[in-house]
Amino acid sequence: MKEADEKPVHRRQFIKAGLHTTAALAIGGLAGMALSKSAPANLVWQIDPDKCIQCERCATNCVLNPSAVKCVHKYAMCGYCDLCGGYHRPGTKNLDTAAESQQCPTGAINRTFIEEPYFQYTIDEKLCIGCGKCVKGCGSFGNGSLFLQVRHDRCVNCNECAIAKSCPADAFVRVPANKPYLFRGGVAGAEPPNPLSGEAS
Amino acid sequence: MKKQFIILCFLFALSVEFTFAVEQRFPRPDFESGYVQPEPTSPAARAAAWQYIDIAVLILTLSLSSWLVLQRRSRNLIFTLMLFSLWYFGFHRQGCICPVGSIQNVVAALFDPAYAIPVTVVVFFIVPLIFTLFFGRTFCAAVCPLGALQDAVIVKPQKIPAWLNQVLGLIPYLYLGFAILYAATGAAFLVCRFDPFVGFFRFGFNEGMFIFSIIIILIGMFIARPYCRFLCPYGVLLKWLSMLSKKHATITPNECIQCHLCADSCPFEAIQIPTPDKYPGDTTRTRRQLYLLLALTPLIVLISAWSFSNLSVLLSREHYIVQLAEQIRLEDSGQATSITDASKAFRGAGATTQELYLQAAQVQRQFKTGSWLLGAFIALVFMMKLIYLQFWRRRTDYEPDRANCFSCGRCYAACPKEHERLRELQGVLYSEDI
Repeated sequence: MKEADEKPVHRRQFIKAGLHTTAALAIGGLAGMALSKSAPANLVWQIDPDKCIQCERCATNCVLNPSAVKCVHKYAMCGYCDLCGGYHRPGTKNLDTAAESQQCPTGAINRTFIEEPYFQYTIDEKLCIGCGKCVKGCGSFGNGSLFLQVRHDRCVNCNECAIAKSCPADAFVRVPANKPYLFRGGVAGAEPPNPLSGEAS
Repeated sequence: MKKQFIILCFLFALSVEFTFAVEQRFPRPDFESGYVQPEPTSPAARAAAWQYIDIAVLILTLSLSSWLVLQRRSRNLIFTLMLFSLWYFGFHRQGCICPVGSIQNVVAALFDPAYAIPVTVVVFFIVPLIFTLFFGRTFCAAVCPLGALQDAVIVKPQKIPAWLNQVLGLIPYLYLGFAILYAATGAAFLVCRFDPFVGFFRFGFNEGMFIFSIIIILIGMFIARPYCRFLCPYGVLLKWLSMLSKKHATITPNECIQCHLCADSCPFEAIQIPTPDKYPGDTTRTRRQLYLLLALTPLIVLISAWSFSNLSVLLSREHYIVQLAEQIRLEDSGQATSITDASKAFRGAGATTQELYLQAAQVQRQFKTGSWLLGAFIALVFMMKLIYLQFWRRRTDYEPDRANCFSCGRCYAACPKEHERLRELQGVLYSEDI
């Protein structure tokens, strides 16, 4: 009678239960190991402006069209030159706003007169395609106040960033989402490009 | 005049070759008109609160999907939830991060000391695995946006030969192996690069991927869920766990009456039909084959591991550092036909060639070990499949194949017992139009 009351344990069920527990422990172990290397903040892509060589791949390789990479102007570093290496095409004769005088293929830089002899250059991000022609010009002949950045109102944060993969200078880094910019010349919110910096330790 | 001075400076700047942007080549102007310098805008990244909402939606949809599959048994509701997930994880979240791709982030976190994985990504990787271990592949049924997109375009599913189904079913193991190797060495995230659906979610394709995506969708109209069945690397993990799950979707709500009506309802060929009472083949021969396979396994695993480790140099070419080191070597020895942007950037950055070569050698050593393991893994999977095929289990009922069943619920409606249950639920015991 006693034997009939007890539920017999089949070999197959026993093995399955054992494997089930093993799988549960494996998942737990994997989760533990991953969490021990985790950062609380999400990570987003950003360009280290000091590494960027303005190869123009940002304009073409982003999954978005136009690219999520745009030119950013750090006004505090700008010389407000009349002849701007970022704005004017090299060798241009007339320092005017004519299309043939401009570096920018989409006319995304607005040149406005401030006071003699200074001009302010503003990026119209709607038009900017992130080619970096102006960044190259400004970096070669000017103060380097123009630089490329991933704009996070546009970036969809692909797990494998298509531009990062093709970047010849390895300038793309993952940065914490709460400090998502690496501005030239220092700005609140900029951090050195260390993905671990988001960690509490 | 200041104007002339600036032009002079400009000409001076032209004559000097700069490798680095020198700060403030032109002095900061002293404005007299009271002009205030604007600050550059910095639009914020997606707020952290959203990632907790994502996690909540993931857990909710998984719970709901499991309940619909196991308790509620309603294909229509499963389909509705699937469409919601397609919208939320697909079109709203634009496909990133998804559990399928998160495998690579987890691997990168385990192998790359510089990579800190966001907690959200760990959760996205782990939670569907836990649900599968208890309820079967309810994640595939109604939560995965990739599966949802394919499920929504099934037009006229065709049966494919069983042997082809088995052979193609081995590709995900291969894909998983390569994805882990490339993520662990930091070379690439292959699963994301060859994700055929993410382009639809964000209406943007990379060159080449558009054709692949269209082909997969077109095939998917006639061979149901081709990516899930014959490519998905996350599906490999789900297969293993689903085979061990505590509960699983059943075709019939109570008992199987062997009516055969469900057999053709599954577009994924994941319904196993009852077997004859006795093993139809020659037992002695099968046993001999089994022993032979078991004896051959270590040998074949070693041969495959050795072969793959010989391919490691080829495989490592995908890695950025290896590519760069090769280019620099060619340039320095005068064999290079052209100079690349990458080599220009490298020489501009001021690191020594020796350091680069050491790094490249390090990557290649990782690839050597990694591809040895990859070869062993692939051979092991292949042999295990052959060994598994030698086993025979008597089956009296029509059952879902736990490894390959997506718990989509299409078979419910085919079962007469299910109709009986539904009628009882409605309080109607008999009806003329069964």
